[in-house]
Amino acid sequence: MKTDLLLMARDLVAALEKGDEASSDEILDQIAGLRETQLFKEIGRLTRQLHDTMVSFSVDSKIAAMAEHDIPDAKERLHYVIAMTEQAADKTLTVVENLLPISQELNDQADQLAAKWGRFLDREMPFDEFKAMSTEIAQHFQQSRGALEQVQSGLTDILMAQGFQDITGQIIRRVIDLVQELEISMVKLISISSRKMAAGDTAAIHAELPGPVVPGVDDKDGDVATSQVDVDDLLSSLGF
Amino acid sequence: MKILIVDDFSTMRRIVKNLLKDLGFTNTVEADDGKTALPILEKGGIDFLVTDWNMPGMTGIDLLKAVRANPHLSNLPVLMVTAEAKREQIILAAQAGVNGYVIKPFTAATLKEKIEKIFERIDG
Repeated sequence: MKTDLLLMARDLVAALEKGDEASSDEILDQIAGLRETQLFKEIGRLTRQLHDTMVSFSVDSKIAAMAEHDIPDAKERLHYVIAMTEQAADKTLTVVENLLPISQELNDQADQLAAKWGRFLDREMPFDEFKAMSTEIAQHFQQSRGALEQVQSGLTDILMAQGFQDITGQIIRRVIDLVQELEISMVKLISISSRKMAAGDTAAIHAELPGPVVPGVDDKDGDVATSQVDVDDLLSSLGF
Repeated sequence: MKILIVDDFSTMRRIVKNLLKDLGFTNTVEADDGKTALPILEKGGIDFLVTDWNMPGMTGIDLLKAVRANPHLSNLPVLMVTAEAKREQIILAAQAGVNGYVIKPFTAATLKEKIEKIFERIDG
């Protein structure tokens, strides 16, 4: 383009010096024409860009709305899932911690009484000891009743604590829907801007630590241990 | 036998604590990441370390490296209990000097087996 212009300018100077008006007018027209095509090209480019921007704007506003409202909303929902699951686990653990010693005690008592009962059946027990054992058995029955009531109510508490699964499942499903929607919008936006992402860019999206393996998602490449057996095999291959 | 349990989720610490209690290890202390665990270890008296990997502040792998780099702690047995299951991660932990590696979710039997194995090797 520049050399064209330079050549034309030289021709123009030569024509003017020679006083050749017809040639100089023609060259001037050519230069103007050249400028015009450039201008039209530029206007065409700007128009296309404007069009693309207008189209992408509708997608963009959707993403903006998601970023403004839906994503923080989803984050909150997920925090709620953490809170609920923690609460459920906490409740369950508390009940288990309370019940274990109770069942242990009943178990110990039953063991002792069974041994004594065996001696009685073998006719190795003096009458006095038998009388004491009868009292112990009566006490054991009474304690069992109270303890089993506690176990019963504890088991009900554990049962009820599992209710989180239903709620958290629903919440997570909604977040999955949102992520899907976001994904569709992002794909549209990328196809409109038609800028290809550099290969390295996608890798950066992943968090530094892969975290829990979600079956069917994270175990496709075969680079994860899907069971403790896998881990043990790998470690023993390393000389562990 | 005093055991330090390090995990950012309190429920997981409780589960490990209760499983250890069931195995007869009743003397346990807890920390929620490497940063809080390290001072406890440096104070002394801890015989066994059970740690998660992915924690805010200081990760389990960094804690393991810090333990191995400290001459007072370098022989401390360390069991990693983590959801991190990439092969390269397991290799990394092995190279950093971990004594056992259990992936979550785990069973009581697995934890028991790994702990017993670690102590067998130390005693033997």
